[in-house]
Amino acid sequence: MPDRPAIWNFLLGRLSLSSLPLDNTIVVWTFVAVALGGAAVVGAITYHRQWGYLWNEWFTSVDHKKLGVMYMVLATVMLFRGFADAMLMRSQQAIAFGSNLGYLPPHHYDQIFTAHGAIMIFFVAMAYIAGFMNFVMPLQIGARDVAFPFLNNFSFWLTVAGVVLFMASLFIGDFSHAGWLGMPPVSELRQSPGPGVDYYIWGLQLSGLGTLLTGINFVVTVIKMRAPGMTLMKMPMFTWTTLCTSGLIVVTFPILTATLFLLSLDRYIGTHFFTNGFGGNVMMYVNLIWVWGHPEVYILILPMFGLYSEIVATFSSKRLFGYSSMVYATASIMLLSYLVWLHHFFTMGSGADVNSFFALTTMMISIPTGVKIFNWLFTMYRGRVRFTVPMLWTMGFLFTFTIGGMTGVMLAVAPADFLLHNSLFLVAHFHNVIIGGVVFGVFAGINYWFPKAFGFRLDEFWGKLSFWFWQIGFWVAFGPLYVLGLMGVTRRLSHFTDPSLQIWFIVAAFGAFLILLGILSFVMQIVVSIRRRDELAVGNDPWGGRTLEWSTSSPPPPYNFAFIPRVHERDAWTDMKKHGYQRPLEGFNAIHMPKNTAAGMLLAGLGTVFGFAMVWYIWWLAVLSFVALLAAAITHTFNYDRDGHLDAEEVARFEHTGNWAPKAQGTTA
Amino acid sequence: MSHPSASAHETGTAHQDDHDATHADHGSLRGYLTGFVLAAILTIIPFWLVLGHVIASPQATIVIVLGLAALQIVVHMIFFLHLDTRSENGWNMLAFIFTVVLVVIVLGASVWVMYNENANMMPMSPQYMQHKQGA
Repeated sequence: MPDRPAIWNFLLGRLSLSSLPLDNTIVVWTFVAVALGGAAVVGAITYHRQWGYLWNEWFTSVDHKKLGVMYMVLATVMLFRGFADAMLMRSQQAIAFGSNLGYLPPHHYDQIFTAHGAIMIFFVAMAYIAGFMNFVMPLQIGARDVAFPFLNNFSFWLTVAGVVLFMASLFIGDFSHAGWLGMPPVSELRQSPGPGVDYYIWGLQLSGLGTLLTGINFVVTVIKMRAPGMTLMKMPMFTWTTLCTSGLIVVTFPILTATLFLLSLDRYIGTHFFTNGFGGNVMMYVNLIWVWGHPEVYILILPMFGLYSEIVATFSSKRLFGYSSMVYATASIMLLSYLVWLHHFFTMGSGADVNSFFALTTMMISIPTGVKIFNWLFTMYRGRVRFTVPMLWTMGFLFTFTIGGMTGVMLAVAPADFLLHNSLFLVAHFHNVIIGGVVFGVFAGINYWFPKAFGFRLDEFWGKLSFWFWQIGFWVAFGPLYVLGLMGVTRRLSHFTDPSLQIWFIVAAFGAFLILLGILSFVMQIVVSIRRRDELAVGNDPWGGRTLEWSTSSPPPPYNFAFIPRVHERDAWTDMKKHGYQRPLEGFNAIHMPKNTAAGMLLAGLGTVFGFAMVWYIWWLAVLSFVALLAAAITHTFNYDRDGHLDAEEVARFEHTGNWAPKAQGTTA
Repeated sequence: MSHPSASAHETGTAHQDDHDATHADHGSLRGYLTGFVLAAILTIIPFWLVLGHVIASPQATIVIVLGLAALQIVVHMIFFLHLDTRSENGWNMLAFIFTVVLVVIVLGASVWVMYNENANMMPMSPQYMQHKQGA
């Protein structure tokens, strides 16, 4: 506690002026830039009188499509943050050789790699997949929303609460330096007395709860709300992967919550679950966190496998090859993902028999993944492949991800892992599968579904530019890391002594610069497309899609489908088109709709205050905000004014907008 | 395209009254009483075993108590949570089996892993060192 009158310590806990990192010029200038940028955004919204629009149409919305778009925006903002961290690390490692210590002191550097990892996984990759599942899955199953629309809004704001705590740590206090999984003993109170690890814990507890609720919501939605006729084996592939990923979320995220809870008990009330002495066992944390951590990477990749399946089938103008093998491959990956976690700590000393078991299960998981790769290739084979931007990203994925998978099998060989563990080879491997699998999928999916969400396509030129910068930049950035890893260079170092290694790091930094150009091209792509939105406008089905989301307008009406479609075939929309489906233009009925609510924001806001108070030991505020949180949650359950009806005339108006065909643009409401 | 079908699928909001036939039943007084009696018996036996020192070997007692605890879970599942193969078209049972498989994997493999980690890696106690030197 700071040295000052007791009343201040009571009111502010351990928060004081010296908590502000004023001595760190990089952080101060970042703060100036963020403050000016934030003020400009707030000013612009106020000047254009858009607060009411944002509040009514977006923040309080329970519409899965709008929540999906908000997740995508959040993830993109956090991608910029996480990528800025990456650029800092790459430039530091490119110059910090011999007598040159670089510009980042080790304590700051350690926070940067921790923030980079945690943000990229929890708030970029997870937020993107939540965005895709939200936007696409209910449309694909012919539903009008998810099973629990309010819960969906609440989940989103809990994710934002986690983001707020992570971002606050940049300017108030500092962040964890214990790596993206917060490994003890470094994350214990004795080794990390500052607020950093507490920011990490509470940020993840809040957003983890949001993710768990999302998982429950989507499992129920897929099981209970499919259009009549859509049996399990007629579901689109993306819906299948959403179901499996949501199932994994429901069973794994409680493990993360429990593990972090035990760590916080160690830090707050002096238990000894994971401490060095007093009966604590550090290895138990490593075991538990990876029991969650390995299924987590399949949570990230499975929805992307579904997304690639949709894109490959659409742009090859063919049915997906081997649909049922794809379903079984997904299901077996889901189960096998639970049997491999020990491969993250082969070197911890479990002995030969344990290591052999987990090495074998790890190699086995590449079999269903291989099945999928061949299914995508056979879908393209003798198809009429259209080389659009989503298809380019998909082919980039097939190439990049396959190589990443093969280096993964190398790491699965336990004796080889004893040499490669904790090296830059590992860093290159997991970036190879996460960028090659998840990030490429994100861009493929944005290019594929953007017209559905906004009614106009994205510009092709900037999209292709972005693709090539990313594709080439990735290999220039991570190829050198494979080489360095094989030479034995370990990860997470802020300074090197051997000058012969420097050239590799300079090449890697240049690769990161190419990726920067890729990200900027993506921003340009969005800007250019918005400016040219009239000529890029599309109707309901710009790509010749095969699944139900392409049967409704772009953007879809709030209720998605005026009449719930009846499904007879696997690619339901292709089947409807084949049988000369005509959209009904009259005879609409009133539609039962959920109402917007600010309760999700309120609850998550109170959660953020609670997290912040716990981080800074402001006990009175923690108690107060927690009680308020419970009270607000209970009060919300007594709110019976939650739904209403969209009357038939309004439905008719939505059904006659220009969102159905680009030619009729002039008549758009 | 047929006219609006299936009112059950009409909106995403929860209906207070959608109580279709696939839902789990809420049990009967007889079911609850059976469950209560079974649960009570399965609770009293372990207490009796431990407090009365009925079995000489503590290991055997532990195994029996754990076995009774597992039985207790089954009783709760069937009589209080109304788990059967029919409710929700079998999804409840499927979810239950999935959970059991994963819990067994996670707990069983964690015990196996941690046993080996402890044996290989944790600092040895002085007694153990003496034992090793004596051997």
